Amino acid sequence: MVQFSEQQMQEFNRLVKRYPEGKQKSALLPVLHLAQESFGGWLSVETMDYVANLLHLEPIEVYEVATFYSMFNTQPVGKYMFEVCQTGPCMLNGSDDIIAYIKEKLGINVGETTPDGMFTLKTVECLGACGYAPMMQLGKHYREHLTKEKVDAIIEECRNNAARNN
Amino acid sequence: MGVKLLLAKAHVEGIKNYDVYRREGGYQSVEKALKTMTPEAVVEEVKKSGLRGRGGAGFPTGMKWSFIAKPEGVPRHLVCNADESEPGTFKDRYLMEHIPHLLIEGLIVSSYALGSNDTYIYIRGEYAWIVDILEKAIAEAHQNGWLGKNILGSGFDCNIHVQRGAGAYICGEETALLESLEGKRGNPRIKPPFPAVKGLWERPTVVNNVESLAAVVPIINMGGEEYAKIGVGRSTGTKLISACGNINKPGVYEIDMTISVEEFIYSDEYCGGIKNGKRLKACIPGGSSVPILPANLLLKTAKGETRYMNYESLSDGGFATGSMMGSGGFIVLDEDQCIVKHTYTLARFYRHESCGQCSPCREGTGWMEKLLLRLDKGEGKMSDIDLLWEIQSKIEGNTICPLGDAAAWPVAAAIRHFRDEFEWHVLHPHEAQVRNFGLAHYADPLQVPAGA
Ligand SMILES: Cc1cc2nc3c(=O)[nH]c(=O)nc-3n(C[C@H](O)[C@H](O)[C@H](O)COP(=O)(O)O)c2cc1C
Ligand code: SF4
Ligand code: FES
Repeated sequence: MVQFSEQQMQEFNRLVKRYPEGKQKSALLPVLHLAQESFGGWLSVETMDYVANLLHLEPIEVYEVATFYSMFNTQPVGKYMFEVCQTGPCMLNGSDDIIAYIKEKLGINVGETTPDGMFTLKTVECLGACGYAPMMQLGKHYREHLTKEKVDAIIEECRNNAARNN
Repeated sequence: MGVKLLLAKAHVEGIKNYDVYRREGGYQSVEKALKTMTPEAVVEEVKKSGLRGRGGAGFPTGMKWSFIAKPEGVPRHLVCNADESEPGTFKDRYLMEHIPHLLIEGLIVSSYALGSNDTYIYIRGEYAWIVDILEKAIAEAHQNGWLGKNILGSGFDCNIHVQRGAGAYICGEETALLESLEGKRGNPRIKPPFPAVKGLWERPTVVNNVESLAAVVPIINMGGEEYAKIGVGRSTGTKLISACGNINKPGVYEIDMTISVEEFIYSDEYCGGIKNGKRLKACIPGGSSVPILPANLLLKTAKGETRYMNYESLSDGGFATGSMMGSGGFIVLDEDQCIVKHTYTLARFYRHESCGQCSPCREGTGWMEKLLLRLDKGEGKMSDIDLLWEIQSKIEGNTICPLGDAAAWPVAAAIRHFRDEFEWHVLHPHEAQVRNFGLAHYADPLQVPAGA
């Protein structure tokens, strides 16, 4: 069942308190981030309904927001999501080659997840790291100045982390 | 070395921490403003400084502040725009990562000037780790009495909250930002009413860029008149430029707006010249939305005068032969880059980011992307180039928000200045897949790198 832990509930309350009385809807984006992090990296209908209930919103108000913003995943994703930027400035610095290399290494296309559920490859538009291109977002942080060697190391690092956490 | 007002201390060891920032003279502008000035006097100083909005449109900040409505009993809000999503732009991120207290300090003084007791920073969702940096700085400011109730005994209360977006360029547009901050889809609002009258939760609101609000700190410290002496003409103060593309030293530079474009590209203090000893082909000087210029028009205006890194000079010649300062995202293309391909990636970006409310923008961005992809792949026809021109001209000026224009301008400028390269893709479809068009008449053959 979808339910925030006590600690997550504290964070929820902190988020909601930032807005004036009656304006709790403003907390929707931050709460959806919290929900996505708490429940497996994506927003299921059950999760969205839970959030709607917590914020006293109609479910549709949550669905239409979740589908508008590119950071919210409405489908399951891998444990590690490589979000590689492909916009102009990154393209000038070889992002196409990096994307092609990741596809080959992981044996998946853009938008797909490896069969073991470990990696998802996604292309994204400019993330504000154009001077440090090519780059990708991995979880909360950016990986910049990517090379094939760095991509190898990142994949290795993810596999090691996953093994350690199991 | 030019004057540095924002980043002068950005590399002092430990400047992210309150103690170091304070020791280096931080928070003096809050003391000065709250103890010795009225809110109106702060607005007046900002007006005198000539500061123009650093988010892209360049609207005078002091004037914007003076428009805020003050109905009795209705709270007002200041919202800091940290959505920074215009391709080529990463200056606000740099400022927030390196010297976060400067933004917090600027926000306190600006909130005082506008009477905002609850101020929000709307930051793009992907900058997740910067949220932590800002929240730490805010907590430190609280602990040291710069935020909270009755700050410095002035009777002024202020809190700052950080709100994370979730991936949508359109939320940088100020009314879309406000919708998003209210927990909705980022659909721009029809203006009027303007945010200064009905903004966040229908309350009077001012939205300003990160860099604009940080600049309030030196303005109050040195006085508006002194600030206005830096720079040239209506380009006062300093500007952050984020430089990227095919240059030796990509990064964020603070310039006073008197240096030439040539110096900015070729001197070792800034971009350090073109990477791998290649030649300059073209540049988008102010973020992906502004017109691209070929090298010859970038370094000199159509009249043959030196072009400078300021609002007036970059736009000299209008859209026919000039460009814009925009957000300060400076994208450099070397001789090996393909204009068609580059323009295609930008068209794809705008199609992805259109909110879909207006049909010229929703349909037009989709068509432009398709046609550019076709041309890039060598599958285009001559008539596609004219069609592309026609589509972009029908978007401009026919939409609710300026994203439509922002999508049209790069395509228009690419065709205007590089039509021969588009035609070459049609005439030599196979060759276009294996090599790039390279330089042509528009590149400056006489350009001798200053440092070479
Ligand atoms: C599509 C679009 C995206 C924008 N993105 C940003 C942005 O990321 N950051 C920003 O400060 N301004 C952005 N703006 C400009 C804002 O609407 C607004 O003019 C600005 O935040 C005002 O602040 P300033 O006067 O301090 O520049 C954008 C405008 C449009 C039309
Ligand atoms: S111009 Fe485009 S982004 Fe702006 S409101 Fe219309 S459809 Fe939305
Ligand atoms: S273009 Fe890739 S981060 Fe800006």
